[in-house]
Amino acid sequence: MAVNIRKLPRKKYVMPGNAACPGCPETMGFRYLGMALGEKAVVVIPAGCSSVIQGLWPRQGWGLPVLNIVFAAGAAAASGLARALRRRGVDAQVVVWAGDGGTADIGLQALSAAAERGEDIIYICVDNEAYMNTGIQRSGLTPYGAWTTTTHRGKSEFKKPLPQIVAAHRVPYVATASVGYPWDFIAKLRKAASIRGFKYIHLHAPCPVGWRFDPGLTAKIAQLAVETGMWILYEYENGRLRLNPPSNRLVDPSKRKPIEEYIKLQGRFRHLKPEDIEKLRQEVEMNWREITAMLKLQEELERQEKA
Amino acid sequence: MPVLTSMRGNDAIAYAVKLARVEVVAAYPITPQTIVVEKIDELIARGEMDADMIHVESEHSALAAAYGAAAGGARAFTATSSHGLAYMYEMLWWTAASRIPLVMAIITRALGPPWNIHVEHADIMSTRDTGWLIAMAENNQEALDLALMMFRVTEDPRVYLPGIVGLDGFILSHTVEPLELPDQETVDEFLPPRRQPYVMEPGEPKAMGNLVPDEYFEELRMDMHQSLSRARQVIMEAGRDYGKLTGRSYESLVECYRCSDADVVIAGIGSWMGDAKIAADVLREKGIRAGVLRLRWVRPFPWEEVRESAIGKKLVVVLDRSVSFGHAGPLFLEISSALEARPSMVGVLAGVGGVDISYEDIARIVEHVYSMAEERGRVYIPAYWYHLGKFHPMPPYEPAFLVPQELPKGE
Ligand SMILES: Cc1ncc(C[n+]2csc(CCOP(=O)(O)OP(=O)(O)O)c2C)c(N)n1
Ligand code: SF4
Repeated sequence: MAVNIRKLPRKKYVMPGNAACPGCPETMGFRYLGMALGEKAVVVIPAGCSSVIQGLWPRQGWGLPVLNIVFAAGAAAASGLARALRRRGVDAQVVVWAGDGGTADIGLQALSAAAERGEDIIYICVDNEAYMNTGIQRSGLTPYGAWTTTTHRGKSEFKKPLPQIVAAHRVPYVATASVGYPWDFIAKLRKAASIRGFKYIHLHAPCPVGWRFDPGLTAKIAQLAVETGMWILYEYENGRLRLNPPSNRLVDPSKRKPIEEYIKLQGRFRHLKPEDIEKLRQEVEMNWREITAMLKLQEELERQEKA
Repeated sequence: MPVLTSMRGNDAIAYAVKLARVEVVAAYPITPQTIVVEKIDELIARGEMDADMIHVESEHSALAAAYGAAAGGARAFTATSSHGLAYMYEMLWWTAASRIPLVMAIITRALGPPWNIHVEHADIMSTRDTGWLIAMAENNQEALDLALMMFRVTEDPRVYLPGIVGLDGFILSHTVEPLELPDQETVDEFLPPRRQPYVMEPGEPKAMGNLVPDEYFEELRMDMHQSLSRARQVIMEAGRDYGKLTGRSYESLVECYRCSDADVVIAGIGSWMGDAKIAADVLREKGIRAGVLRLRWVRPFPWEEVRESAIGKKLVVVLDRSVSFGHAGPLFLEISSALEARPSMVGVLAGVGGVDISYEDIARIVEHVYSMAEERGRVYIPAYWYHLGKFHPMPPYEPAFLVPQELPKGE
């Protein structure tokens, strides 16, 4: 599974002069997508920053074939496209590249249905935790307490546990990833491409514009999310859960950095009161408890099966 | 050899889809369309048809999946009705402006509330501005034939737009009628392999549907408009070729029944135009020279044909099975906009929500309107509602309605 970043293709899949903001995590992620899948990928992009980053026709900022599609239809359009290419005997990997809104909110119905049908596609949620394209409004994946232009006092609900929701569809592959860990993301993409059926990768993507941080810090903040335990890297392969290296050792809470390190760099959390931070910490604990409980149960069951 | 058989309108559509060698079907059930999906699935299951059936979770996804398949180079199809079509609305625009040929059947049905599963043309008429070709069948044979033609026309490089074939809910969809099923060889001869402006392929970086400068956007819209106008020629060619192969010619975008010597022309779309033809015969026996102008195509709008058929007529009665609320029936508005040398015109709203309209009703409507026109010299009434044997003038076109007959009694 190890990926040597120096041995990756140098071909550019994100063109210079595209319309992304400086420090944009979506362009980082897309570059890794190209490195991982290369010429095999055909990408379906529902409305969101990634539809705009391409820039104005006749120019094209993404170096892969892109079928742009309406906001709610990413997984459905990809289903049709994948079926057509397979019927024609074309060797391709259809990928949906959708924002958190296009995935967790308006596109969830089509996503769930495509997962249930077992469509042979990779669905990637580029999770920048808000609707950025329309100007930083809350989404179902905006974390608790975060300021957005529709949660001026901070969001009062938790983040929707989307990877678990997709995993509950019993698809062959679900993984979380982060733009701060390119080799991990690339390896996961390659693994996903080797599996037939519905694959889901949830890519954590800190957005300097929406989260209010210095554009030079995107990768660092992405890494801090993992190091503080606020974003956990794991995979479900055929229903089997496994933590991945950057998160492995963080099962032990003492190995995690304090969440304040992550929060303090972001303007969207500036207004948080100590009790809000406490609540966020509780959410982190809850997530870890869930993961470790599942891992334990899994081990126990496997032991019993062997016995 | 073609097979003489009988089937429901929805089955006729399913067989057209099979004969057209459609490769991907994505659809979601809604009455009265459901049989189409079921029949196609059955044909696939029996090994009579080689296609992928995508059982999507909604109509929005149905059209999106069909669109994705078509963009990927497959001949694709979907079908819906009423609320299903409304749910698809966003994708209608996306498909047409992507210049992606694909075919959809609309089994016409009212939109709620209150719930009503019966025929009304509100659904199909709401698609007029989206850039799709729209044809409307009178009977099951025509539903099948038009569906086959639609694949050829939409995939013609002069057109490259998607197309809708409409048929009336229950009246056609669920009614068994005799029809001739063409054989596969004939259809193969008529319908060339799929052509489309671009195919999404791995290794070929290109973008479909990204942002464009406004000037290009407008240019694209102008091009869609021109393509729809060009489609007229393509339809006539396809209709003529179809006639050569099957004996049923669809060369004209309209059908004129006893129009040439008529004083009154009854105009409309769909299955009730069959009743209108009987009504015209009945009226002629009564001394009113009536004819029927049936629009087989709504888009492109058969402007020339409509104009020609109205020249020198005393009266045009347009039957509309849906309303553009606050104005008139959509078909009346379309037809009246095409007529320069204006005869008397009356737009009659009737049969909405499946209310039964017989040929006697149509004859009664025309008789009444005709005598009104004779009395007044010339009439122009965009909206005149016929409901259960009575006429209901609608404001502001009929002054009778401007002054309420009876003031409502206050508390
Ligand atoms: C049906 C519909 N409703 C609303 C919009 C407006 N819209 C475009 S992008 C967007 C938000 C996208 O957010 P997300 O999916 O999180 O992607 P991001 O922009 O953050 O990459 C919205 C609301 C739309 N295009 N279509
Ligand atoms: S708003 Fe954020 S995600 Fe969108 S283009 Fe700018 S940096 Fe990228």
